[in-house]
Amino acid sequence: MPKKDILVLQDLLLSNAQAAAAIRAELEGRGILAVNIMSSPGAGKTSLLERIAERTAGSLKIAVIEGDIETERDTERIRAKGVPAWQITTGGACHLEAKMVGKVLPSVPPETEILFIENVGNLVCPAGYDLGERLRIVLLSAPEGDDKPKKYPKAFTTAQTLVLTKADLFPHLPFDPAKAKAEALELNPKLDVFITSAVTGEGLDELIAHLRRKREEIQPHA
Amino acid sequence: MHELSVIASLFDTLLEQAKAHKARAITMVKLEVGALSGVVPELLESAFEMYKAGTIAEKAKLVIDRRPFQVRCRTCGTVETREDFVFACPPCGSTDLEIVSGTELILEKIEAETDDPGDT
Repeated sequence: MPKKDILVLQDLLLSNAQAAAAIRAELEGRGILAVNIMSSPGAGKTSLLERIAERTAGSLKIAVIEGDIETERDTERIRAKGVPAWQITTGGACHLEAKMVGKVLPSVPPETEILFIENVGNLVCPAGYDLGERLRIVLLSAPEGDDKPKKYPKAFTTAQTLVLTKADLFPHLPFDPAKAKAEALELNPKLDVFITSAVTGEGLDELIAHLRRKREEIQPHA
Repeated sequence: MHELSVIASLFDTLLEQAKAHKARAITMVKLEVGALSGVVPELLESAFEMYKAGTIAEKAKLVIDRRPFQVRCRTCGTVETREDFVFACPPCGSTDLEIVSGTELILEKIEAETDDPGDT
């Protein structure tokens, strides 16, 4: 049987990239800032979103997509704050993909200003998948250690914003926020860096102001 | 560990290509995988072996062209090639680096058995 070579030269994640581009176009057209939040499990993604929901109630319309391997626990926490939320359970997959997010978009209320997408807790795989977000935030919590940015470079090089969380624990741990920040900036000099605590409220107002500015940069169109 | 989902996406493309070129069997699949693509070549190979059973690529060999990580310094212009991550420009120490290559995750070509050896 004759053989032939077929030149393809196609990105292996092309179908994800196309789905992500469609999501980005739709959300920006609707004037919605999409924020992809990535971190290790337990770094405080949901707690941060709960505090943001409390502080922006009545002044900013937010909505949340929760990605987890199993359970609706995080969605229930967010809904308890009066914020629309949808759970995507991946059933084992270590990251969200754009098509999963795309299925939720028709449910997102038109008045939404910021749509947070809380990725599956994992500092590795989510970094490889564009979800159609305009802003990617990576969280690093004090108990994880200040040496993580260079160990997991892709999460930190693809994000635009870094949030060092659990600042209330800094005095109790050998975590040096200046070292974590410097290491992340070495990888990605353009990162905006914030330090927060979901317990004391430190840094939350600054982070929320940053999110509002990013939302205002979007020019909605028809 | 998302290599299996990358391979699942690869097989969608393989089936489309096989159909478009009237291929009876795919005998070789060549990928370009950058050092910073976020996937591990060995795990891609395992996932490929697992996935190919019963498909048109059942007998296919997977060839992976590993692309090194290459950066260009925006301060002094030096181009540095490494297998691992580069954090600062070796000659000048600047961390303002532009990634030139190493993030690829590309299906380069397929070799197929076909009754229709015409255009490629």
